Amino acid sequence: MTTEALLVATAVMALVTYLPRVLPLAIFRRKIQNPFLRSFLLYMPYGILAAMIFPAVFFSTNSWISASFGVLISLVLAWFRRGLLTVAIGGTFAVLIAEWILTLI
Amino acid sequence: MSLKSNLTFGRGLKDGVPIALGYLSVSFAFGMSAASKGFPFWSPCLISLTNFTGTGQFVGVDLIAAKAGLFELAFTLLIINLRYLLMSLSLSQRLAPNVGLGKRLLIAFGNTDEIFAVAMQQEGLLPFRYMGGLIISSFSGWVFGTAIGAGASNLMPAAICSALGIAVYAMFIAIIVPPARKHQPVLRIVLIAITLSSVFFFVPPFHSLSSGWSIIICGAIASAYGAYFYPLRDDDNLSGESEEGGEQNDN
Repeated sequence: MTTEALLVATAVMALVTYLPRVLPLAIFRRKIQNPFLRSFLLYMPYGILAAMIFPAVFFSTNSWISASFGVLISLVLAWFRRGLLTVAIGGTFAVLIAEWILTLI
Repeated sequence: MSLKSNLTFGRGLKDGVPIALGYLSVSFAFGMSAASKGFPFWSPCLISLTNFTGTGQFVGVDLIAAKAGLFELAFTLLIINLRYLLMSLSLSQRLAPNVGLGKRLLIAFGNTDEIFAVAMQQEGLLPFRYMGGLIISSFSGWVFGTAIGAGASNLMPAAICSALGIAVYAMFIAIIVPPARKHQPVLRIVLIAITLSSVFFFVPPFHSLSSGWSIIICGAIASAYGAYFYPLRDDDNLSGESEEGGEQNDN
């Protein structure tokens, strides 16, 4: 890989990442009035995030067993409205513990 | 119009801390994977500085290492990044009216999955100062993690790396569970999206669909269902905060 090729590839990547982020923000300056479209856009984060988490989360660690344990603990903490950081750390520790137990078996 | 919200710059910086911590692990893994593929130290750092996206960077580095052409690189990443079209459109509806074009161009750079999700959780219109704080602390974690990962790839024990893989997902769970618990329509949308996405993942005919397409299709179908059957009024908000009085009154 030459330096020049890497720089060009990086620029291409940056461009196709920035374009979809910037176009709607630059173009849609006014509030959308259509109730369906408005509701769609307000619901959208939850639909997208849910689809991003499942089932990918079960493959985010060394084994689906430890990942499932992490998901369980995260769900419980989130149910009781713990903050983002608490849930993230809790989930991570749950995986660590599960993987440690798995090595003992 | 005055915008006296509590969404200050400092609050943005603070809300960005959990994102930054989640990012440290992901970007560390990114830097490490790039270094192990033979990329020089500066290259993953520059990619993180100019791209600021998770999946796209991992896939991009894979493609470059596999000597893929520029067109293939651009096309694949564009598909992965299509979800940002919807996210930015959604965010455009929540920015305060006094956020001008120049500021929107800056905010757009920082509209990652996590920043978007945290911003959309807030009540009311989003001022530039809050978005700025949120983006600055998250972006620092992203770049810093990349540099450490690329520079000292074997410092972190494998077990911790594996466990940290779940951190970002756990954060997403923390974002969607409280509103899903409180609003029946959100719960349904979440369940539909999960079902569809699992079908796309596990059922063979759909399996060839890239994850970028899958996420955008599942998310869009589920949200369209919600918008059709449970249209929101202008003053509805979907925060997961419990009503005054907290837990006891809630059930």
